[in-house]
Amino acid sequence: MTMLDYTLKELMTIAAAREIRDGDIVFCGTGISMVAAMAAKNISAPNSVIFFETGAIDSLLEEVPLVVSDSRVMFWTSVNGNLADAFAAMQNRITGPHVVGIMGAAQIDKYGNLNSTAIGDYFKPKVRFSGSGGACDVASFVGRTITFMQHEKRKFVQKLDYITSPGWLDGPDGRKKAGLPAGGPASVITNMATMGFDKTTKEMFLTGFFPGITPRKILDNMGFEIDVSRAKEVEPPTESELKILREKCDPQRLILG
Amino acid sequence: MNISKNKETSLKEAIRKYVADGCHMSIGGFTASRNPMAAVHEIIRQRTGNIHLYAHSNGQGVDELIGAGCVSRLEIAYAGNGRFAPTCVRFKKAAQKGSITVEDYSNYQMTLRFLAGAMGVPFLPTRSSLGTDIIAKWGFSSEMRAADPRIPDQKLMVMDNPFGSWGDAPKLVLVPAINCDVTIIHAQKADREGTVRMEGLAFSDVEQAKSAKHVIVTCEELVEPDILKANPDQNQIPSFCVDAVVHVPYGAYPTACYRYYDYDPTYLNEYRRYAEDDGLYKTYLEDFIYGLKDHNALLDKIGRDRLEKIRADQRTGYAVGLDRR
Repeated sequence: MTMLDYTLKELMTIAAAREIRDGDIVFCGTGISMVAAMAAKNISAPNSVIFFETGAIDSLLEEVPLVVSDSRVMFWTSVNGNLADAFAAMQNRITGPHVVGIMGAAQIDKYGNLNSTAIGDYFKPKVRFSGSGGACDVASFVGRTITFMQHEKRKFVQKLDYITSPGWLDGPDGRKKAGLPAGGPASVITNMATMGFDKTTKEMFLTGFFPGITPRKILDNMGFEIDVSRAKEVEPPTESELKILREKCDPQRLILG
Repeated sequence: MNISKNKETSLKEAIRKYVADGCHMSIGGFTASRNPMAAVHEIIRQRTGNIHLYAHSNGQGVDELIGAGCVSRLEIAYAGNGRFAPTCVRFKKAAQKGSITVEDYSNYQMTLRFLAGAMGVPFLPTRSSLGTDIIAKWGFSSEMRAADPRIPDQKLMVMDNPFGSWGDAPKLVLVPAINCDVTIIHAQKADREGTVRMEGLAFSDVEQAKSAKHVIVTCEELVEPDILKANPDQNQIPSFCVDAVVHVPYGAYPTACYRYYDYDPTYLNEYRRYAEDDGLYKTYLEDFIYGLKDHNALLDKIGRDRLEKIRADQRTGYAVGLDRR
């Protein structure tokens, strides 16, 4: 068997796309999350509906949008709404649980809480990031979330410098105690691995490692320990997955690089 | 609020009249789309300072206002511009240097705050941000709040559901209303009376406009009132909300205006390079704003060829096949 040639970004995108179920309402941010949603729709989840916090629902993405306000998200939608509509659909007790949100962050902890606001002291930040945008709203409201991260020690931290978006907060009862809806983080996809959250403890654990990457290396690049005993090697993208990703989702390689 | 039948004016005059030093202001649009850039540049040109700015996810407009030193305080959800600037560069520098004071919210919270202002209620409830630092950490201190009657004494408040188990939401976050002195939006169409039609996504422009004491609308096309009245279900903002209407073709440039033109990737990429260096940024302000008479002068500088490249395709509303690298 010959090894397929694929890039790490392609593998990450496909790994995320596989997490999307047919019929999901998919909330997308910018960048790789958008390409993952496009890939899922074109490969395994044709009945999923892509929607954006800006209010565009079921856009026909003939070209990859570079911002969630891109005119490309406004073309051939079922509804062009607004922010108030879009977030209401996620907070809505009937539609919200069917939404899967794809996000990213600068820091994550073992309960999947995210920081996309600041590194260092909030009042005198060492590094300032964009801030929540819709991320905190999505993480608060929807049925489940998938988070893209770079696998680095400084990003997988014991304690976040700022909690922008709620994961499982401080453990199994965290969300309930805070008064949040029942959803929460389902998986994390990095440039080395895929992770899930334990049903009972809500702590992050390794579900898959990318071909050529050992669980040891994964742990060496994290600021906290996770259970690796349940992990399997992640299936590389298939030829047909790659073909669709390259030809239909991002042929200009604006996001995939 | 203004019931005049003819609100058409020049951009210079509208900014001079409604955007004062120290005013509380919001601008419409979202990241790289429909930011009122001609108005932003005119504010910079008039060297208005000490603005208290409100935004949900405005990218380019917010970054240029901050970069030019017009802003002292910022209430915001997201200062980024997608692939053109994951974090807006001048915003980042100013926040790290402490030259602006920032208070963070989420996008939905900012939208609800404008909506509360538009509805005339002091706050609205949401379930967003429970358990996070968006509630725990205030950008503005209690002293600063107490000293300024235009800022509420609290940032966000958490309350138990007063209806008990009704609605299955035990706790709620109350977000305070925003009523700016002035909101500026850029729309595809408007008439001289102030009726506004936006095409594509309205973002939170309607809530922002309806919550402000004064509203300036710049538009791609200034049309006769009868044209808008012939299809009233496509209009979003009634005339009495608007104070000034200014006809500014390409008024959102270099951000996109659906069905008219795309964002200009060349401009936005070059802007980032200017923004990353303090010295170069001075050159940017001089060459692209201070040294130019008005927005038309910027368009002349950019040239017809560049504008032609971003012209929206009729079928899709954007520039198909545009080189966006």
